[in-house]
Amino acid sequence: MSNEQTKADPSSVDHFVQQKYQHGFVTEIESETVPPGLDENVIRWISARKEEPGWLLEWRLDAYRQWLNMTPPDWAHLEIDPIDFQAISYFSAPKSDKDKPQSLDEVDPKLLETYDKLGVPLHERARLAGVAVDAVFDSISIGTTFRDELMKAGVIFCSFSEAVKDHPELVRKYLGTVVPSRDNFFAALNSAVFSDGSFVFIPRGVRCPMELSTYFRINAAETGQFERTLIIAEDSSYVSYLEGCTAPMRDENQLHAAVVELVALEQAEIKYSTVQNWYPGDENGVGGIYNFVTKRGDCRGARSKISWTQVETGSAITWKYPSCVLRGDHSVGEFYSVALTNNCQQADTGTKMIHIGRETRSKIISKGISAGRGQNAYRGLVRVAKKADKARNFTQCDSMLIGKGCGAHTFPYIEVSNPSAKVEHEATTSRIGEDQMFYCLQRGISEEDAVSMIVDGFCKQVFRELPMEFAVEAKALLEVRLEGAVG
Amino acid sequence: MLEIKNLHATVGGKPILKGLNLKVSDGEVHAIMGPNGAGKSTLGNVIAGRDGYDVTAGEVLYKGADLLQLEPEERACEGIFLAFQYPVEIPGVNNTYFLRAALNAQRKYRGEPELDSMQFLKLVREKLHILHISDDLMHRAVNEGFSGGEKKRNEIFQMAVLEPSLAILDETDSGLDIDALRLVAEGVNRLRSEDRSIIVVTHYQRLLDHIVPDVVHVLADGKIVASGDADLALKLEEKGYTWLEQGGIQPLNEEARV
Repeated sequence: MSNEQTKADPSSVDHFVQQKYQHGFVTEIESETVPPGLDENVIRWISARKEEPGWLLEWRLDAYRQWLNMTPPDWAHLEIDPIDFQAISYFSAPKSDKDKPQSLDEVDPKLLETYDKLGVPLHERARLAGVAVDAVFDSISIGTTFRDELMKAGVIFCSFSEAVKDHPELVRKYLGTVVPSRDNFFAALNSAVFSDGSFVFIPRGVRCPMELSTYFRINAAETGQFERTLIIAEDSSYVSYLEGCTAPMRDENQLHAAVVELVALEQAEIKYSTVQNWYPGDENGVGGIYNFVTKRGDCRGARSKISWTQVETGSAITWKYPSCVLRGDHSVGEFYSVALTNNCQQADTGTKMIHIGRETRSKIISKGISAGRGQNAYRGLVRVAKKADKARNFTQCDSMLIGKGCGAHTFPYIEVSNPSAKVEHEATTSRIGEDQMFYCLQRGISEEDAVSMIVDGFCKQVFRELPMEFAVEAKALLEVRLEGAVG
Repeated sequence: MLEIKNLHATVGGKPILKGLNLKVSDGEVHAIMGPNGAGKSTLGNVIAGRDGYDVTAGEVLYKGADLLQLEPEERACEGIFLAFQYPVEIPGVNNTYFLRAALNAQRKYRGEPELDSMQFLKLVREKLHILHISDDLMHRAVNEGFSGGEKKRNEIFQMAVLEPSLAILDETDSGLDIDALRLVAEGVNRLRSEDRSIIVVTHYQRLLDHIVPDVVHVLADGKIVASGDADLALKLEEKGYTWLEQGGIQPLNEEARV
């Protein structure tokens, strides 16, 4: 084989390698970070950097001006050190690949061990661990395949920034119509500085051909600390959306304030499932993510349905109330939740079901698990407006305590302005019984297996609502997070 | 099978067992009777290794080895089975799943291969058939919403699947009507074998009409105060436990214990 031949053949290995080198050396724009602090100039800078239209900048500025007059909520059952909002940097571009680990060999072995326990597929591990994108070819090809199929169905699934560029009319029509920028302190902050997030649009009559997952969205790796999601389901459409993943996500940012808005038009159905496993801090509560999330779904059309399912196991602090506004007649809202707190974690979570339309129905199943010194509060509101004839709600709220240093609290609020409404509430608190444990041990089952079996049984009603694979992962996740909680 | 020597045990610091002696040989069925508060249930819990039941003196030998060294789950895996007086509910955990987990944990301990769901299902069918239990119980969560009789039958069913060497039935007759009692007793009788010993703890004699014991012991104030054959139970039934306190019974008869 002569040298000339090799050079002449474009498909040869040498040629390929050379090509790759050429591209590898193209210099990208260096990462940029604005100095800590927040004022109008920072917001203008962010908006300009993202090349946003004028109306969106104005919307951000308006939110910011409202935020200035607001104070952080203090009604939750949480102990939070005051947060210095001027000490936070509100924009940092994604890390360049050069600064990331180049392969799994450079990743913390402990993290890899956890992936192993959770059964995270090999090709996903690199991406989750933040290995440079170039090294993670598998997930990209998966993402691309998905994209083609969705496009055929007419489904739009892209990053929020892309949506602002490519579908400005849709974004403008729906943004802030479910969670107004003045809704609460954290929603206002998010509206002013949101970094990126997801956008989903399901056209009339379309049943989304697959479960949409943030997991597979290209460029989803670093949506940042102020994520914004908007999902619109037109008449008679259906979508199931999965947020997060069971593997621990690494993040340098301590404060997270996301906003999620769902709009379901006539007879549309949105199923939104979350598994959240942010870093909870160490055993003494040092470090850990503060997660302040505003999630709300608007059942705008008649006979529409929105169902939230969440498994919350991470974060040092969780402040989160995925809610449904049941505006359309005969619309249905559901909330299924498992919230686990271990060590020093605190969670104040629940839902709001606002019945406005006639014969609207809602169902709330909440399972709180506390271990270590964890504190777990369920906070829920069921409101039946005057015109909501024959509205119905069923709430079941169960708490399980593991060990003696933890706490469970329930704050149900019920406001009924229509006499034909039917509202039911059931609540239980149980300690993982010594008697249950002994029963399992006496049959030969080990302590760890007994705990995970009992907890899994306790959560069954919620796990049933998750897509199959997600449910299996969620179960494994609880096991990992409860390791050493007993004994 | 089991030899207990001078056993003293406390519950929450309070002495309950005060020098108990008991010897159960392979294949024997022993009944332990006694008034409330005598320590009958405590004995079962101490043998099974329940937390909070502290042995302060004495020894328990099981198959010739020191039982008290073992963790509760190890004792179970070694073949000790306690049928609970009040079987515990575990909501959301399927009965079949629970039992398979238990059996496989024990098999793993003994170095035997675990059973897959098909093999396990076959085993379950066999045992259900032998005990005349409908498989309806298997589709429900562990003891959740079970009637008193169903719970007790479920215990016997678990025993049939786990095939213990030593089974302790703690007041298995309590709360059962006569038909349920007969069903449970039949189940136990089917599980009698040469290499399986059974201790039947009961307050009343009526269970012993159906499960005829080799030896009957009377437990009072933390000690075995009398032992005899099945007739002893009948005498007790007739005269009541106060008869014991009035000294109506002969002191412990070593020969009666075979």
